[in-house]
Amino acid sequence: MSLEIDVEHRRGAFHLTARFASQPGVTALFGRSGSGKTTLVNIVAGLIRPDRGRVVVDGQALVDTERRLFVPKHRRRIGYVFQDSRLFPHLSVRQNLLYGRWFARGDGGASADVGSVVELLGIGRLLDRRPESLSGGEKQRVAIGRALLARPRLLLMDEPLASLDEARRGEILPYIERLRDTAGVPILYVSHSVAEVARLATTVVILTEGKVAAVGPVADILPLADTGDGGSVLEAVVARHDDTFQLTTLSSPAGELQVPRLAAAVGAPVRAYIRARDVMLSLHPPQEISALNVLPGTVSQVAAIGPQADVRLDCNGAMLTARLTGKSVQRLALRPGLAVYAVIKSVSFERS
Amino acid sequence: MTAEEWTAVRLSLLIAVTATSASLPFGIAIAWLLARGRFWGKGVLDTLVHLPLILPPVVTGYLLLLLFGRRGPIGEFLDNVFGIVLAFRWTGAALACAVMGFPLMVRAIRLSIEAVDTRLESAAGTLGAHPLWVFATVTLPLCLPGVIAGAILCFAKSMGEFGATITFVSNIPGETQTLPSAIYTLIQVPGGDAGAMRLTLVSVLISMTALFGSELLARRIGARRVAT
Repeated sequence: MSLEIDVEHRRGAFHLTARFASQPGVTALFGRSGSGKTTLVNIVAGLIRPDRGRVVVDGQALVDTERRLFVPKHRRRIGYVFQDSRLFPHLSVRQNLLYGRWFARGDGGASADVGSVVELLGIGRLLDRRPESLSGGEKQRVAIGRALLARPRLLLMDEPLASLDEARRGEILPYIERLRDTAGVPILYVSHSVAEVARLATTVVILTEGKVAAVGPVADILPLADTGDGGSVLEAVVARHDDTFQLTTLSSPAGELQVPRLAAAVGAPVRAYIRARDVMLSLHPPQEISALNVLPGTVSQVAAIGPQADVRLDCNGAMLTARLTGKSVQRLALRPGLAVYAVIKSVSFERS
Repeated sequence: MTAEEWTAVRLSLLIAVTATSASLPFGIAIAWLLARGRFWGKGVLDTLVHLPLILPPVVTGYLLLLLFGRRGPIGEFLDNVFGIVLAFRWTGAALACAVMGFPLMVRAIRLSIEAVDTRLESAAGTLGAHPLWVFATVTLPLCLPGVIAGAILCFAKSMGEFGATITFVSNIPGETQTLPSAIYTLIQVPGGDAGAMRLTLVSVLISMTALFGSELLARRIGARRVAT
């Protein structure tokens, strides 16, 4: 599947100009609120008609203003999971799930199997309930199932976790990961959370004030995002669990990391997100220190940001960023090529 | 009750049910246009629908007579092409009642359609539903209480309609003499008070039953679903 977008849209003083092509997997649209993420997704879904441009999915043009082409939303077969789940209040959970499936029948393609979707999302015991009796997290899972069962060729998710609290987010993220890994439907995922993007995305598109600032693989692009904490993403694999101290050891190209115990099987790939301010640097291997994670690396770049500096490290191919004061940079005489040890205070897997 | 009184009751019910059920589809369509449509002349349509509410009923009846009478432009056409005659027939009374009840019906339905969340409708669209299906499966079920309220208002108005009916189709016993016309006639003749009282009681009974019935129905629908 492929998604090509090249559109321009003006509403009042806001001007959206977006052009990118996405790869299979999860493409994250990342940016602050008001950067045009939702507008862009609504254009793809057919809820907004752009002033100019083209939207092409799998080689089929859905919008082409030059050819005066506009495929109405009900004929696009693009699933949409809204921030506010938008379940139909007059229907049961089961009826909500089957709503789109009924319209998608006879459209060819693999038949979406209700049983497997229900199992994937863990909503089996909710089927006979009414939407108003569900929790926020349950509503979002049903909304995801409803969109999936309409057999979409592309799934749009507009901040599906934004209206939920921390615990509920943690409850849903694994389901979206499973969706990405097993359902085979490409996803365009809108978010302003670095950790969500780091955990889910394959490709990242950064939107800033209606313009595409950067596009590329998550590990390359995310450090460029103006997130305020200049974090880095480490691709890792669960190596083993330690039951005594409730820790999990991850192995990554940069070295081993010990983190609070994860609910993931040995061998499962995970993405660790490390904030720049959680990284300290030492010129010698630190001894007798409380931090568990120390990775050796080489300074590749020192960028001053006001009184502070972001030091980029190359840890055996993986990039790591440390945010230090200008004074520390001078005291340690940090410069590209210098061998250092990065002391990592904390690693997050969820929202930072 | 005399046979003539029973006839008036039966006729009134027939006319009110016919007027309500025949105008309901149009009422829903016009209410939807006024609630969701964006087109030139919407204000004119709105005014036209509300006209019977502000005009004196006798004027509405007279206009109906001019348009739908045997010699009227529409009446003549219906007579020549379909053989349908409305003037001085019970069907004409039903037309008069429908026209008088229409603004009340459209108002109630329009308000309830406006209360339906358009975001649910666009969600249904992204799930593959054609706009007509969206209306049938999302909008209509969600505004059903308003549709019922509108129908009951139209029915009640039809049961009590007097001015426009008597002007358009007169007061012919067994054909166009409805409950109000029968009561009016009985009051005019000496010794008709008892009959007028009986019909008044029947009239109150029917109106209250309709009201209770609609309340019950609306509550059952409401219980099945609480908006989130």
